[in-house]
Amino acid sequence: MARKITMRQAINEALDQEMARDPSVFIMGEDIVGGAGGQGEEDAWGGVLGVTKGLNAKYKGRLLDTPLSESAYIGAAVGAAACGMRPVAELMFLDFMGVCFDQIFNQAAKFKYMFGGKAQTPVVIRAMVGAGFRAAAQHSQMLTPLFVHIPGLKVVCPSNAYDAKGLLIQSIRDNDPVIFCEHKNLYATEADVPAESYAIPFGEASIVREGNHATIITYGMMVNRSMDAAAALAKTGVECEVVDLRTLSPIDWDTVMDSASKTGHVVCVDEANPRCSIASDVSAMITQECFKALKGPIQMVTAPHTPVPFSPVLEDLYIPSAAAIVKAVNKSMAH
Amino acid sequence: MTDTRIVPIVMPKWGLSMKEGKVTGWLLEDGSKINAGDAILEVETDKIAGSVEASDAGVLRRRVGQPDTVYPVKTLLGVIADPSVPDSEIDTFVASYVAPAADEGDEDQGAQYEYAETAAGSLRYAKRGSGEDTLILVHGFGGDLDNWLFNIDALGEKATVYALDLPGHGQSTKKLDNPGLKALTESLAGFMAKLGIANAHIAGHSMGGAIAMRMAAEHPEKVKSLTLICPAGLGPEIGGYVDEYVAATGRKDLKPVLEQLFADKSLVSRQLVDDVLKYKRLDGVDSVLRSLSIALFGGRKQQDAPGARLAGKLPSTLIIWGKEDQIIPAAHAANLPGAKVHVIEGAGHMVFMEKASDVNNLIKAHIAGS
Repeated sequence: MARKITMRQAINEALDQEMARDPSVFIMGEDIVGGAGGQGEEDAWGGVLGVTKGLNAKYKGRLLDTPLSESAYIGAAVGAAACGMRPVAELMFLDFMGVCFDQIFNQAAKFKYMFGGKAQTPVVIRAMVGAGFRAAAQHSQMLTPLFVHIPGLKVVCPSNAYDAKGLLIQSIRDNDPVIFCEHKNLYATEADVPAESYAIPFGEASIVREGNHATIITYGMMVNRSMDAAAALAKTGVECEVVDLRTLSPIDWDTVMDSASKTGHVVCVDEANPRCSIASDVSAMITQECFKALKGPIQMVTAPHTPVPFSPVLEDLYIPSAAAIVKAVNKSMAH
Repeated sequence: MTDTRIVPIVMPKWGLSMKEGKVTGWLLEDGSKINAGDAILEVETDKIAGSVEASDAGVLRRRVGQPDTVYPVKTLLGVIADPSVPDSEIDTFVASYVAPAADEGDEDQGAQYEYAETAAGSLRYAKRGSGEDTLILVHGFGGDLDNWLFNIDALGEKATVYALDLPGHGQSTKKLDNPGLKALTESLAGFMAKLGIANAHIAGHSMGGAIAMRMAAEHPEKVKSLTLICPAGLGPEIGGYVDEYVAATGRKDLKPVLEQLFADKSLVSRQLVDDVLKYKRLDGVDSVLRSLSIALFGGRKQQDAPGARLAGKLPSTLIIWGKEDQIIPAAHAANLPGAKVHVIEGAGHMVFMEKASDVNNLIKAHIAGS
C-alpha cells in the first residue's frame, strides 16, 4: 500500500523493516536513543532530528547510544561489520567524518581488497549533508565528492522519500561500506512510498523529467531546484531532461551518456564546492565519452569555493538557485 | 446547472494518481453527431495516452479544450447537446461551468482502493457502479487492477464492477502458497465469498482469462458468463514475454519487454516503466513471479489448458483478441468451440487499453445478452 510519508518517516521505516527482517542489523550513534545522560529513554527524541524515533522501544538493546567519539564508534561499527554484523552508524553530520577518516577510507574501504575478497564490511554510515539549515560552516557542507574519490566506498544521496527508503534498504543489504547522505532540508518532503519493503539497486539514475533540448544532471536537494528550473524553462519552450543520479558511487554512466548524447546541451548541478566535485567529474567524463554529441560547452552550477556562510542572506546566495540553473541552460543553448 | 440536454465533456481521471492531463487532439469537428461510447478527443497523462469517450449521444457543439494544453482533472473540455439547444445557452453553460475541486473528486464513487481480508491474504480491489449484474475484472501476469483504468468506469455505468489485484500482484499480499493456476483461481473464489458475491460475469485478461476458465470449470455455479481477453489457457504457444518480464531488472531491459504488449509502442511511457519497476522491486514479488512463471509458462509453453475442460459445458463466452498480439497468438481463439470471437485490428495484447471503447462496448453487450 502506497501512501504519502516524509523522507524522515521513510528512513525510519527502512531501518525498522530491516531490523525486523535481519537480526544482525543494529544501529549506533550519538543521541539516536535519546541523548546520553538524559532521562526517560523510552520517549526520547530519537536522533538530533528524530529520524530513529520509536525504534529503541521496538528493538530493545539494538540501538547503541555512543559517546561523542566518532573515531571510537565508527571503528567499532566497521569492526562489527567485518565480524558478520550489519551495523548502521549514524554520524549526525557528514562534516564530522574527519575525526574518523582512517576507520572509513583506510580500513572499511580496504578490507575486501587487502584480504583478497575474503572479508566483507557491510556497514552503513548515515549522515546529514547540505546547507540551508542555518547551521553554519561546520554542519552544512556537501562533502559527497570526498567519499566518491575512495575506491571501496559506495555513496548514496537520495532526493525524495521513495528513493530514500529503497536505497537505504539496499545499503543495509549491500556487502560493502556505504556512505548514506541525507539532506536535512529534505526530511520534511513527502512522496508516495509503499508500506512494503523494497530495494532500489545502486548505479541506476532516475530520469525525473524527460526533455529533448538540454540535460540537467544532479542529485540530492538540487534535484528539486533543477525541477523548478526545468519548469521555468519549459514556459520559454526549452524542454530539459533532469537526471537524478541517486547513487554517486557507483554512478549510472549509461543514463548520463544517453541523455547527454540525446540533447547535446548539458548542465551539471552540484551543491558541493566546485573544485573536484560531482559536477566536474561528470562534466569531464561526458566530454571524454560523447564530445561529438555536444552542441555547446558543458555548464557547471555549484556552490562557490568558500565555506558555507552563517549569515542567512549569504547562505541563501551560496546554495545554487533555480535561477542560476536556468541561466546556465540558456548559456549552453546559446551555442 | 440542471439542464440535462447539455452534457459536459471533462478531463477524465484515469487512476488514483492522475491530477491533470494534456489534450493532444480532437477526433471530431464541431457539429459532429455522436453516439454514446464514441471516442471524441485524445488525452495524454504522464502514464498513458487514451481517448475520451462520449457518455451520451448528441452533437458535439463546442470544443473548449485546446490541443497541446494541460488541464486539471474535471476541467470542461467540450459540450455535447441536442441541435435544438440554442448557441446562447451553450455559451452560458461554458461561461458558468465550475469544475469540482480536485479534492472532492477523490472522494467520489470509490476512487479509493479497498482491501478484502481473504483466506489467501489481503487483496486490494476497486468497485464501481451499482448495476444488477456483477462483473469481476481479472488482470494478467505481472499486471494489476489499474490496467483497467480505461474500462472500469465505463463498465460501471451498467453493472457493479469489481477489479482486484491477484495475490503476488499490485498491492495485494505477495504470498501465494503452491503458486499456480489452481491457487490463483481459489484466491478469486475466496475473494467472491468474502464479498458475498454468489455469482458474477467474469472478464479475464491473459493469465486472468485462464483463471476465469478454470473458475468456470471448477465452480460453474459462480460464473454467469466469461469474457476472455487475449487469454492464456487455449493453446501451448506463448512468446518470450513472461521470462523476459521476470528477468528484467532496470528501465533499459524492461522497456522493450513492455513494448511487446502494445501494437503502438509509443504507449509505453517512462512513467509506465517506472511504475512496473517499483512493483517488481517490492520484497517477495520476484520470487512469486518466478514460481508462477514456471508453473504456468515454464519452458515457454503454456502448462495448463483450462479451456479444454469446458468442452460441453461452456457458459456464454466472448473472446476478444488484439490482432497484433505478440504474447499469445490470436489464432488460439479458434480453440474454444461455442465462444463468440472478436479480433480487433490495430491492437496488441493490451487490446482493452489500446481499443478501450470497442472492448467496453463488446463487454457491455455480452453481459446484457448473457
